Amino acid sequence: MRVLAHMGMVMHLDRCIGCHTCSVACKQVQSAAEGLEYAWFNDVETRPGRPYPSGPRAPGGPDSVAGWVRTSAGELRLRDGGRLRHLFRLFAVPGMPTIDEYVAPAEDALRPRVGGPAPERMGGARGPEPEWRPAPPADRAADPVLRHLGEHATAEIAQTFSFYLPRICEHCINPACVAACPSGALSKRVEDGIVLVDQDRCRGWRSCVPACPYGKMYINPVTGKAAKCTLCVERIEVGEPTLCSETCVGRLRYTGIVLYDGDRVEEAASVEDPQDLLQAQRDIILDPHDPEVVAAAEAAGFDEDWIMAAQYSPIYQLVSRFQVALPLHPEYRTLPMIWYVPPLSPVVDVVASTGADGEDFDTLVAAFEQLDLPVDYLAETFSAGDRDVVAGVLRRLAAVRSLTAGSGAKGPTGRAPRARRPDPKVARAVDLSPADLGELHQLLTNADYADRNIIPPAPEPGSAPPGGCSLDDLGGPGGTGPGAGAENGPTAAEKTRGSRFNLLGWSGKDRPHQLFPDRV
Amino acid sequence: MTSTLDALLWGVLPYVTIAAFVIGLFWRYRYDKFGWTTRSSQLYENRLLRWGSPMFHFGLILVILGHLVGLLIPKSWTEAVGIPEAAYHFVATWMGSFGALLVVAGLIILIVRRRTTGPVFSATTRMDKTMYVFLAASILIGSWATVETQILAGDHGYDYRETISPWFRSIFVLQPEPALMAGVPLAFKLHIIAAELLFILWPFTRLVHAFSAPVPYVFRPYVVYRSRDAAVQSRESRPGWDPSGRPKN
Repeated sequence: MRVLAHMGMVMHLDRCIGCHTCSVACKQVQSAAEGLEYAWFNDVETRPGRPYPSGPRAPGGPDSVAGWVRTSAGELRLRDGGRLRHLFRLFAVPGMPTIDEYVAPAEDALRPRVGGPAPERMGGARGPEPEWRPAPPADRAADPVLRHLGEHATAEIAQTFSFYLPRICEHCINPACVAACPSGALSKRVEDGIVLVDQDRCRGWRSCVPACPYGKMYINPVTGKAAKCTLCVERIEVGEPTLCSETCVGRLRYTGIVLYDGDRVEEAASVEDPQDLLQAQRDIILDPHDPEVVAAAEAAGFDEDWIMAAQYSPIYQLVSRFQVALPLHPEYRTLPMIWYVPPLSPVVDVVASTGADGEDFDTLVAAFEQLDLPVDYLAETFSAGDRDVVAGVLRRLAAVRSLTAGSGAKGPTGRAPRARRPDPKVARAVDLSPADLGELHQLLTNADYADRNIIPPAPEPGSAPPGGCSLDDLGGPGGTGPGAGAENGPTAAEKTRGSRFNLLGWSGKDRPHQLFPDRV
Repeated sequence: MTSTLDALLWGVLPYVTIAAFVIGLFWRYRYDKFGWTTRSSQLYENRLLRWGSPMFHFGLILVILGHLVGLLIPKSWTEAVGIPEAAYHFVATWMGSFGALLVVAGLIILIVRRRTTGPVFSATTRMDKTMYVFLAASILIGSWATVETQILAGDHGYDYRETISPWFRSIFVLQPEPALMAGVPLAFKLHIIAAELLFILWPFTRLVHAFSAPVPYVFRPYVVYRSRDAAVQSRESRPGWDPSGRPKN
């Protein structure tokens, strides 16, 4: 077991109102450079609808070479081909989208409409009509998920449902962009798994762009270098959430770390059936309460505050404990680390439009069996087409909703509806204890800033690197065993005296030293 | 007897070229890694580039290999292993012509693309245009030299391995022999001068990407992990630029 930490995010889609505040905040700070006008490190898409980017070479298009494939020998290789073939195709990278598959820079597209001469590079007198924007009015025909589901779906879905999907770089555990980069400029940070481009190492080979299944790698044609979402690394390092998260009006983003087993990444990414990828990814995420895991993490050099952050991580709660967060398009085998709680509201709306009580638990659960389309669409998007996984998550969300169902029916009162006590029958129906259901309800509906963002600051440069050589660290032959702490500086527990404690995330089982300090 | 002009062209200019090329490359790599890139315009246009770029680059690889063999391997060596002059000449001429055809066709496609595609033309710097002049000149004059002195010259053609190749090697052993170049056909002379000017310009253009051919990619693991420490500490810290450290809780 090689314990590594990974920064991750969960987005609770029921709370997204599609306001683009995240996109604008990100744009102004992170991709305002000349040459990146077309790049949206964060975008919000209307689904079903046209994704960004969208076109024959964009992910989901017929000429896309995104992601990994599993060879018949059970090994992983990039969809573009083996390493040599990949190099021989560098002179004209296959599957590289052109700028019109993103969106022409708004300035160029809009200038003819607001007066003044059109820039020459748009072809002279009048530029093209603005056709679409990163989150356009739903454009069903361009939706690759719908194309995959077939024609009847496209016709029918217009009447059924719609939701917003905010997207950033997935900071995958097994990133295809990193694997495709010929210069080794793209890398995963050992400490927190964030995928970054080294601007001094990038040579502009642009292989990363078509390799990314999420369309989140960009080439800046002015500098000739790749650019991407950095998960606001400069904020994360000092313990603050990303800009998209910080500014989110719906408060739908949760940020935190998980511990995972670095030795089993390849094994997880190469399971045979794409529908098993989700479980494989959950399996390599380690239980931070397991004493063995904690010991291994300490031996690997993690500070106590990182281990505690992993224990109280909202990501761990939603992904592993409650299993209500799902990865986006796991079938590309990249093991993405931006997770989504799929939206229940569109399903509720569909049920309510038939006149039934859309918030009643039993009605909703029965509806999941009958409603093909919303569940199929969500399954194609979040679970490689496995309906049962999505239906299971929706049942838990319906159970959460049943705690406040009906209380909003009297109209807005200006107060948050008070949650009822969890009905043991409902809780049992979704395999949770009533207390757990209450906790999930709290986390999904009332979590405040400190609960949504549990981000340990980066250690000082030069201190023992987590995931580095374990021989030199605590527990290794070159370091100090757990019993030898007193002679070799403060123990991990002593180091965190006085650090903050998240009371709302406390399960009541352990004895945090902040609440129960040692007597002196 | 070597004239002053000959001495300058064939005894001095090569060393000026080597100095500018080596020092220029070192300087660029040391101080402008951020500018060291292909600056590809594939984002703007794909249809023409899909044909032009591979033709141009694969043709160039063929042509460069041909130049290396022709210039570096002495005639006596190939004859020692039993390759007759006629056979050598035949293979070199036709492989070279095939390579040249690919390069010229690719270059024409790429230049047409660069001029006619609006966004690509807008993204062309003055340095790019200057570089294109010398690049095109070297390639076109070189192709002309092959056609004129090899293909149209009957069975044997001009044997550059008696004159140009020994002169080329004499530069690198620091015993330049400008006299060898005296009787060389004009096309070759112009080709060499154009190429030397291109090499002088090389370190300051996007052509530097040729030295970043990502061969190590073939041998490396797919996913690269890098420590934050390495990134933070890779530069010497300068006064006033100490690391900010972690916030106190």
